Amino acid sequence: MREKAADRLRVDLCGIELENPVIPASGTFGYGYEFAEIYDINRLGTFSFKGTTRQPRFGNPTPRIAECPAGMINAVGLQNPGVEKVISEELPRLKKVFSKPVMANVSGFSIEEYAETCAMLEAEEQVGWLEVNISCPNVHGGGMSFGTDPKQAAAVTRAVRAVTKKPVIMKLSPNVTDIAEMAAACEEAGADGISLINTLQGMRINLKTRRPVLANVMGGVSGPCVFPVALRMVWQVCRTVKIPVIGMGGVSTAEDVLEMMTAGAAAVEVGAANLTDPRACLRIIEELPAAMDRYGIRSLRELRSPEG
Amino acid sequence: MEQTLLRIEENRPLTRDILKIRLTGDVSGVERPGQFVNIKLEGLFLRRPISVFDREEDAITLIYRTVGVGTRRLSEMKAGETLDVLTGLGNGYDLTRAGDRPLLLGGGAGVPPLYWLARVLREQGKRVTAVLGFNSAEDVFAEEDFRKLGCETTVTTADGSHGIRGFVTDAMPEEYSYFYACGPEPMMRAVDRRAKTEGEFSLEERMGCGFGACMGCSCRTRDGMKRICREGPVLRRGEILWEK
Repeated sequence: MREKAADRLRVDLCGIELENPVIPASGTFGYGYEFAEIYDINRLGTFSFKGTTRQPRFGNPTPRIAECPAGMINAVGLQNPGVEKVISEELPRLKKVFSKPVMANVSGFSIEEYAETCAMLEAEEQVGWLEVNISCPNVHGGGMSFGTDPKQAAAVTRAVRAVTKKPVIMKLSPNVTDIAEMAAACEEAGADGISLINTLQGMRINLKTRRPVLANVMGGVSGPCVFPVALRMVWQVCRTVKIPVIGMGGVSTAEDVLEMMTAGAAAVEVGAANLTDPRACLRIIEELPAAMDRYGIRSLRELRSPEG
Repeated sequence: MEQTLLRIEENRPLTRDILKIRLTGDVSGVERPGQFVNIKLEGLFLRRPISVFDREEDAITLIYRTVGVGTRRLSEMKAGETLDVLTGLGNGYDLTRAGDRPLLLGGGAGVPPLYWLARVLREQGKRVTAVLGFNSAEDVFAEEDFRKLGCETTVTTADGSHGIRGFVTDAMPEEYSYFYACGPEPMMRAVDRRAKTEGEFSLEERMGCGFGACMGCSCRTRDGMKRICREGPVLRRGEILWEK
């Protein structure tokens, strides 16, 4: 029997139901209002807001953006107004245009800082999940170092776990030797979910100046060019942990979403595609039912039975 | 911001590396002089931001320089083809501050956004002075366009092959009420050192999205962090921190 149209796209993410699995990824969607100008962002499953830290951050010098075949490289460096302003200004503004639980993306430079920022967001009703970024490649002395050492990743997970009742989703870096080991360490330390991948480290050189294009020299590669790498890692992690996994990395079509979910992802984040096609997520949501029909998929939930 | 499909009516060279492209369709998103559009090109991931030279009821005209792979690809496109364009991006110029005798200072590929501004200021009956700077006579474009609007127009060339030898700062008039400048950063810094009045500068930066989502083009100002694509590209003289 054919499922009701709306039910076909429903998924569960750490105990919170999503109308569909499509989630704009942190850093590509601001705090939502730029996109709310062009479509009703309540159509989304949810979205992950701009990576937030305890203190305000300006980020890296410009140029922060470079292009590459089928993708881009960014070295923004976690520019954000700091968690206090996010709570006092961004979240009240968001409430006017978005009525669903939002995913709070949190970064830090010490274990204490991660915990403190998460503890402050714990009181925010609209925050449904904490997505803890231990994988930013663009900041020195923090971010990714927590994402490349399983012991450090576990320590951040435990510290955050201790200060919140909300689901804790650890966002992993692909810039590691063994992604499954990182995911397993987070699961064991009490994570409710895993999201991956953050960007892959890369760079470009301007041949006219013979200098790196990015002021930060290196940045994070995203866009369709990273999709196969991301899919492979999602596959590996889904076969290692039992907690839900959010797949991301170069997703830009409904088929990409179906591949990620067939690999075992419970939901899918869409990043760079939002920047070149502001309606990308809406288009993907609208294309999903027809794409599912093409492959004989009755509901997205039936895809979540990884094997092998 | 609007996302719209525009048809290329013409795309022709004005100089060795400057082209003029006219696009028709729903351009209702383009609201003010100084705003820009962001163009999707086949085979390139990021859009290319280009300022608006002029706006008609159902058309916009852009003048752009071929500087890299994106603008080269745009230069190869033909009349009849369509472009996916984000329109109405950026803040645009503040026309309320112009005063009676506004001065427009453009350098090279920075000249185009000043044209629509000049037209609107002329329609408001202002006495507009335009100083347009180029490297050489063969690089000069839009001079006649500004003259036809009735702007007091001076052209400078670095090599003296046309107009006044030197830079736009060598041809700034004694009297003006306010200035609008767009051009290479050294030119704008020179204008900032020389100018006697308040004014505003139109800035450029590598952009990811062009509409405020990615924080790729942020800059520090006296009034805090601003996104060139959203709170800019036009910044007031008094808020810009030139040191970098």
